[in-house]
Amino acid sequence: MLQFLLRRALLAVLVCLTVLVVAFVLTRLSGDLAISIAGPQATAEDIATIRQNYGLDRPLVVQFFDWAAHAAQGDLGRSYLYHAPVAGLIADRLPITLTLGLSGLAIALLVAIPLGILAAMYEATFVDRAIGIVALIGQAMPSFWIGLVLIIVLGLKLQWLPISGVDTWEGYIMPAVVLAFSAIPALMRLTRAGMIDALASDYIRTARAKGLRPGRIVLKHALRNAAMPVVSVAAVQLGFMLGGSIVIEAVFALHGVGYLAWESISKNDFPVVQAVVLFLAVVYIGLTLLADMMNAVLDPRLRTA
Amino acid sequence: MSLRHFATGLGLLIVGIVLVAGLLAPYIAPHDPFAQDLMKRMIPPEWMDGGSALYPFGTDQLGRDYLSRLLYGARISLLIGTLAVVTSGLIGITLGILGGYFGGRVDDVVMFAITCRLSIPLILVALTVVAFVGSSLTVVVLTLGLLLWDRFAVVARTTTMQVRTLDYIAAAQAAGASRLHILTREVLPNILSHLVVVATLEMALAILLEAALSFLGLGVPPPLPSWGLMIAEGKDYMFFSPWVIMIPGIALFVLVLGINLLGDGLRDMLGTGRRV
Repeated sequence: MLQFLLRRALLAVLVCLTVLVVAFVLTRLSGDLAISIAGPQATAEDIATIRQNYGLDRPLVVQFFDWAAHAAQGDLGRSYLYHAPVAGLIADRLPITLTLGLSGLAIALLVAIPLGILAAMYEATFVDRAIGIVALIGQAMPSFWIGLVLIIVLGLKLQWLPISGVDTWEGYIMPAVVLAFSAIPALMRLTRAGMIDALASDYIRTARAKGLRPGRIVLKHALRNAAMPVVSVAAVQLGFMLGGSIVIEAVFALHGVGYLAWESISKNDFPVVQAVVLFLAVVYIGLTLLADMMNAVLDPRLRTA
Repeated sequence: MSLRHFATGLGLLIVGIVLVAGLLAPYIAPHDPFAQDLMKRMIPPEWMDGGSALYPFGTDQLGRDYLSRLLYGARISLLIGTLAVVTSGLIGITLGILGGYFGGRVDDVVMFAITCRLSIPLILVALTVVAFVGSSLTVVVLTLGLLLWDRFAVVARTTTMQVRTLDYIAAAQAAGASRLHILTREVLPNILSHLVVVATLEMALAILLEAALSFLGLGVPPPLPSWGLMIAEGKDYMFFSPWVIMIPGIALFVLVLGINLLGDGLRDMLGTGRRV
């Protein structure tokens, strides 16, 4: 068990290091950052000043190790657009993205699990196929477009919900629902597959033979076993959703981490861009590690793997 | 006819129609998709009040014919979807087969690459690359191709592991076939049906991602008629003229749904089951 956890933790650290390199390389793809930051009207002198102020005149390897060493200590550099430490900028905007991600995940689970159970109980019947097609339809809708359509219908025509911002909790409803869309098909298929396996197993046959009520069998005996992979995939999905919320934050003008990233990308604010890439990757790595550990604790069979 | 066959047929029909529309765009488009006419801005579609038969789907904020832009947009979606799948397929299938066939250290490296790829936030990195390298069709295709190979690799790896120990591989080895021959002539054809299903999934994803990138202003550059870009450009007018975002949005939705239905049908027909 301990060896398994150590191996996983070591892997996580290696992945973090790789992402560190990727995030750094990404922001250097433009060739000369100083020229892009200075803008089209800059003089050669301005460019030279910027190059010196941001340490861009140093060799790339030196820049990388300087950044990596600071990042490892939690110092992600300074935004030249906001003239503030990047770590603080991310921390300020994190609550919005986190609220959005967690409520999106909650909605996704509330929709996906019952649908998955239903599809498994009526496997290969019309109900199962219809649910499968509903999932395909959900998967085919571009999330930013659903967002805009909801804004028109619920925000403008019916005026039930605010169309942007999160001054009240109602502002989170539409973005969270849209974010949930992306996670529902995967979670639903997983619940369905797990439930089909569980329902075909010996302990369910025993439970049926004992004469337990079908509802009790499904909810208490089968779901408990089918839910485990769902829980761990839910953690991974949360990672994807936090990364994907950039599109939804842009549609609903929510000033979260995604919006910050979008803004910084369009304005060449490279310290923020590389920091957000690194931050989201580390969150994802942490979540997958957590999911693996939860699995190892819940299912002893996995510990030797 | 069962619901399943109907769904697969529908998927095939949709993809076929979009393909034909895209290929024939220069011949069937009623107008030049780039021609602006500031006197004819925001004409509603034919079926709405004030619509004109000259512009069946209306015109956009620069007076360009919406139907023509939509038809040319099909080319962009299909082109990006296909090329991104080819690129990512080459990368992912190569990695997956190598890891699955050789196992050991090779497999460790492949698994590590997959883990790293999954940790990298997809949309954010794609946006960054396009912003820092410059937006063009080529950059978008390459970016998506270099990012979307993970599922190809995962599926190629597991399926290769399953066929590796089968008799015909052992026979080829005994006959003295080279490794390259075994991997490309014995392993690949036998896992291909699984990979075709992955290809449909990735194509749908690539098309949706291109639309999202273009919508955020960091995908295909204007004035190209990408459906995502059409939605972005129509966004400011959507409150008074919702059709400007509904038409390209429905087009995207229908195309992606068609590809997904086709993929689902292929999965059933090829018997690839839940492994994909």
